[in-house]
Amino acid sequence: MSDDTRTLVPQDLMPLWEVFIRPRTGLAHSHVGSVHASDEVMAVQAARDVYTRRGEGVSIWVVPSASITASDPDQRDENFDPSASKIYRHPSFYDIPDDVGHM
Amino acid sequence: MAGRDDPARDLARDLDGDIADDLADDLLALLLRIGDDHLILGHRLSEWCGHAPMLEEDLALPNMALDLIGTARMCYGYAAEIEGGGRSEDDYAFLRDGTDFRHMLMVERPNGDFAHTMLRQFLFAAWMHPLWDGLTGASDARLADHAGKAVKEMAYHVRHSGEWVIRLGDGTAESARRMRAALDDLGPYIGEMFESDETSARLVVAGLLPDPATVRAAFDSTVARTFTMAQLPPLEIGAGISGGRAGRHGEVLGHLLAEMQFLQRAYPGQTW
Repeated sequence: MSDDTRTLVPQDLMPLWEVFIRPRTGLAHSHVGSVHASDEVMAVQAARDVYTRRGEGVSIWVVPSASITASDPDQRDENFDPSASKIYRHPSFYDIPDDVGHM
Repeated sequence: MAGRDDPARDLARDLDGDIADDLADDLLALLLRIGDDHLILGHRLSEWCGHAPMLEEDLALPNMALDLIGTARMCYGYAAEIEGGGRSEDDYAFLRDGTDFRHMLMVERPNGDFAHTMLRQFLFAAWMHPLWDGLTGASDARLADHAGKAVKEMAYHVRHSGEWVIRLGDGTAESARRMRAALDDLGPYIGEMFESDETSARLVVAGLLPDPATVRAAFDSTVARTFTMAQLPPLEIGAGISGGRAGRHGEVLGHLLAEMQFLQRAYPGQTW
């Protein structure tokens, strides 16, 4: 039924899109995965069908995967290890007055 | 259509009087027509599960199938109550023979290729969307309540399938050829959507179906907008093939039912 169709979907016609879902109003969109689609309209539809089937979200963003610039895995040590020894950057050394309540 | 505060509302469920009995028969006929349209098309869409041309559509098609089957369940459950004969929704789906089904012929047509399936879905949704929209003000509370849910589902089906019709119709030479072939195949089955009979005429008067002219105008507008972008010729609905509402179906329905009904026929009452 569809074996012939499958060979007609080359990657350059169906590029990859990264999908971001906002789970509730007030929360930030979070990356949930990716879809293949011919353009941004189809990408939003595909994201809706793949990632919101169980009520996961109220808003969808899609971004061409090719538009994302990522950090270099080879630079991981120099990027991220230096922060490991600087625990004073965590705001956990301050006494919060009771009157302030939840922060 | 009768409004939500119309005193005629729920008349069909007041089964005491003679008039209400007549209306109950018409409502029953309507529920089987709508229910069968949705069940059979839903089953056809479910056949794509595991076979779609891309993973995204392998989820999208069963999503739409489940929307349709959900509506069929509502129709059969309600029909069973009106009939009062102790039948369940499963009995309507799995224990009726082909001649007892009242769907239009288009929904039982084999899936064909992806273009064929998407065009059929688009035409069906472009018709059902205004129909459900009208039924949100139906004189029957249960039908009106379900219409509020179904109209949103159909709006998405129109959008999803319509965007594919545009991209395939106005895509590559091969996709355009397939979309035009699908239109040639499905063309003769479109007219059955807009057929009317004494039952449907009484349902319109009773506020249980919207004005057919309103539904047709909305369908024409949706189709014209999409077909223009899809580089498809204007839709002309001529004399076609019908008979589904009277239980006259194609051989293809027998094959569909053989698969869909096998389990309940072979193992009556089986549950999971």
